[in-house]
Amino acid sequence: MPPTIIQDINQHNFHEVLRPTPFHPRVDHNCLTKNWMDWNGYLTARTYDTLAAEYFAIRSSCSVMDLTPMGKYRINGPDANKFLNRLVTRDVSMLRPQRVSYVVMCNDEGKVLDDATIFHLSEGDYRLCCQHHQLDWLMISSLGMDVSIEEETHDVAALAVQGPTSASALKLAGIDEIEQLKPYDILHTQLHGFEVMVSRTGYTGDLGYELWTSPDNALNLWDAIFEVKQKGFYDIRTIGLSALEMVRIEAGFILPGDDFNTAETAIRADRVRSPYEVGLGWVVNLDKPSFTGKRALLDEKKKPIKRRLLRLEVSGNKAPQDSFLYAGKGGKRIGTIMTQIWSPILKANLAMADVEFAGGSQPNDIWAEIYYQKELEWRVSWAKGKVWNKPFWTHPRRSASPPGSY
Amino acid sequence: MTKPSENSVIIIGAGHNGLICAIYLSIAGYKVRVLEAQDVAGGGAVTSEFAPGFKISGLAHLFHGLDPEILKDIGMQSTNFELGPEIKTIALATNGNHLLIGKDSVNGAGLSDEDKQTYKEFKQEYFGFAKALKPLLMNKPPRLKNMDKADKFTFAKLGWGLRFGLGVDAMREFLRVGGINIYDVLNEKIGNSHLKGAISVDAVMGHHMGPRTPTTVLTYLTRLNGEAQGNLSTPKNGMGRVTELLVNCAEANGVEIQCGSTVKKILIDEGKAIGVELDSGEQYKAPLIVSNADAKSTFLKMIDVCELDAMFAQRINTTRTHGSVAKFHFALDGLPEFSGLEAADLGNRMLIAPDMRYVEHAFNHAKYKEFSTKPVIEIIFPSVHDDSLAPPGRHVMSVLATFAPYDLKNGWGEQARQEFTSVVLKSIEKYAPGITSKIIASELITPIDIENKFKISGGHWHHGEMTIDQSFMMRPIHGVAQYNTPIEGLFLCGATAHPGGGITGIPGRNAAKRISSLARAG
Repeated sequence: MPPTIIQDINQHNFHEVLRPTPFHPRVDHNCLTKNWMDWNGYLTARTYDTLAAEYFAIRSSCSVMDLTPMGKYRINGPDANKFLNRLVTRDVSMLRPQRVSYVVMCNDEGKVLDDATIFHLSEGDYRLCCQHHQLDWLMISSLGMDVSIEEETHDVAALAVQGPTSASALKLAGIDEIEQLKPYDILHTQLHGFEVMVSRTGYTGDLGYELWTSPDNALNLWDAIFEVKQKGFYDIRTIGLSALEMVRIEAGFILPGDDFNTAETAIRADRVRSPYEVGLGWVVNLDKPSFTGKRALLDEKKKPIKRRLLRLEVSGNKAPQDSFLYAGKGGKRIGTIMTQIWSPILKANLAMADVEFAGGSQPNDIWAEIYYQKELEWRVSWAKGKVWNKPFWTHPRRSASPPGSY
Repeated sequence: MTKPSENSVIIIGAGHNGLICAIYLSIAGYKVRVLEAQDVAGGGAVTSEFAPGFKISGLAHLFHGLDPEILKDIGMQSTNFELGPEIKTIALATNGNHLLIGKDSVNGAGLSDEDKQTYKEFKQEYFGFAKALKPLLMNKPPRLKNMDKADKFTFAKLGWGLRFGLGVDAMREFLRVGGINIYDVLNEKIGNSHLKGAISVDAVMGHHMGPRTPTTVLTYLTRLNGEAQGNLSTPKNGMGRVTELLVNCAEANGVEIQCGSTVKKILIDEGKAIGVELDSGEQYKAPLIVSNADAKSTFLKMIDVCELDAMFAQRINTTRTHGSVAKFHFALDGLPEFSGLEAADLGNRMLIAPDMRYVEHAFNHAKYKEFSTKPVIEIIFPSVHDDSLAPPGRHVMSVLATFAPYDLKNGWGEQARQEFTSVVLKSIEKYAPGITSKIIASELITPIDIENKFKISGGHWHHGEMTIDQSFMMRPIHGVAQYNTPIEGLFLCGATAHPGGGITGIPGRNAAKRISSLARAG
């Protein structure tokens, strides 16, 4: 049976360069900076008011982010599990209903196309959330399988509610069962008479949830959450993608397309990266009978690793933006800073760095050459890097169950 | 089920390439078992009785002989085939001004001396081009990346042949025409439009291409490679004879051929081919599995798609494999009369292709999923040379008619079959009035029938279009053009692999050599 695609293009207004999300009236109202950006074709706020306030909302109270632009695909049919298990490197054959799994997709050559989360909504019914649009790859991967793939990016509105008080705030908003949710659990519930799906997932390294509903109920969901703030119980703030970038680097999460070139977009042969090279070896299961890229990854595993994406703390107070990295101060060039932030909570420059591993081993003396400006005058300085094998920042409440009240 | 020995091989499909591969491997010391779905070996090279007392070559109906190197390697003589006399081509004309076309000469009332001379020169030049490609055909197609020694040697021979075999001017000309269409080339080279029509048939017959389709020079050169090898002829008792001899040779070398055994799936364990399972559920294990089936059948029908990487499966799935030729078998109550031809002339190959525009117009229909209303037709009467094929005084006529697309708009139902039969007979009637009244029995084999009967995806003669993008190091797709596949222990040996279709045996030979050399390399 050929796979089916349902795409909502009749809704598209070609006068809009970027599409507003179903939350747009509220987003627009809250977004004082009007600092808009393009995320997967949607009009998205980079910041709402001040970056620092948004950042601290995530780290010390409750933050809300519009997650709608995330690529979303509904997958079901007799071969749905078989399809997914062949699509990703991790073994998801045993993923139970109402559970979520973080996965990575590779091409034939074992290079990373994207990372994703699989939501097992109910028996045999899945949602795949990707950073980038992947419909084409999903269709290619469905050849010969009895599976239905539906593009539902525009049909599902989603909010990330993250931070220490997120569980408490959501409980007050009316989601009574919120405390029962363990990390990566899914809850289907009702809120003021409409259906909401809640998952205990996120991109911040802290306690947090993602809420999913139909676009028709998007504003009701938003209002239900912010009512908690209006009543004076908890501070709840909207956050944009800039604040998210800070916390995701602190939490050690990678961003395909920013931290490394995704395989589909790479033109030069040396710009693609395997899961091992971006530190995602832990989601590769080579014992699984077969999946796309397995042969290539088996071969790669036999050889010493050539490079890795490292979590690098760079000393000093200069932002190592786009910096080259060297083996020893003034030594051989061995890599580049891909993304970097100043972490207010750790008081440090934190970065994702693409670093060559000569002879398969991690260089032990990494220095960044930092160019910076003083009153429009360019200067250069050197700063030593320290490799973190664990996330820079994490908190026990991320996985505590029940999460506890704050 | 017995435990397989380390050097046992299972070959899927006892077509001529499968048999030749089997013989080579057997001589190299392998223990070979060939599994054939049909009740007889041979695949497309068979002789079948389509009406009581009337026998005909099942799919391929003309033969250039096998490559002398292959004959020598497997210990066969070309005389074993008991080939009939050389078959020339007669380009039919309604006014009786037919052309008699041979390898390097052409005759006919409508031709000037200049026409005859230019044909001779044209053939000489193009035989030269075909010869320059020969090193590429007789070796595994070289990889462009990670070349091994053999690949470099093939490239060196190819380069040498092009530069020094052809010379600077001819090489430049070869590079100019290699990728273009036969229509432009023939317009440059040949004056007589009837002659051009006939030559263009050799470039498009069996392909989904018209004379103006780019790459038709290449398909023509492939055809010339056959011509360069030997005269066009028919073996005694039809193409089944070729198979019979190959089967005898294989069995003499210890190959076990098992007919009526349809392979349902190739068994794979941890990415390695370990055996096959038949329709009956019976399993055979072997560390080497060689598929003579086309790439789509092999990868998409016999293997669980999950065993393949997604893009690999997609690339195999998007290869072009739609056949465009229908074959007719007619049992005739006596030899028909063709206007302007003697009975003895009917031992030749008659073509209906009055000019290149006619051929191109015939192809136009195929582009829109229709059959040609004025098809290009090739007719032979095998029984003229071989009285074993029909009862005394009676004859068989074998007709190829193109274009008859696999994906006909409303399908090849009974009505479409009757309509196309009548279109073809009406076309032949123009040259042989009254032929229809001589027909006792007939059989039509459409691309759909070819797919079902011979298990060839799309019913494509050549197991896939032989365009440049599906040839050489890209046949069937790049990455599997050297006969080995991503599945360890699984190889391709049929026309789906380089150098493609035709009764040449070269894919089978090349595959066997590849298997042996990989085994030697460990």
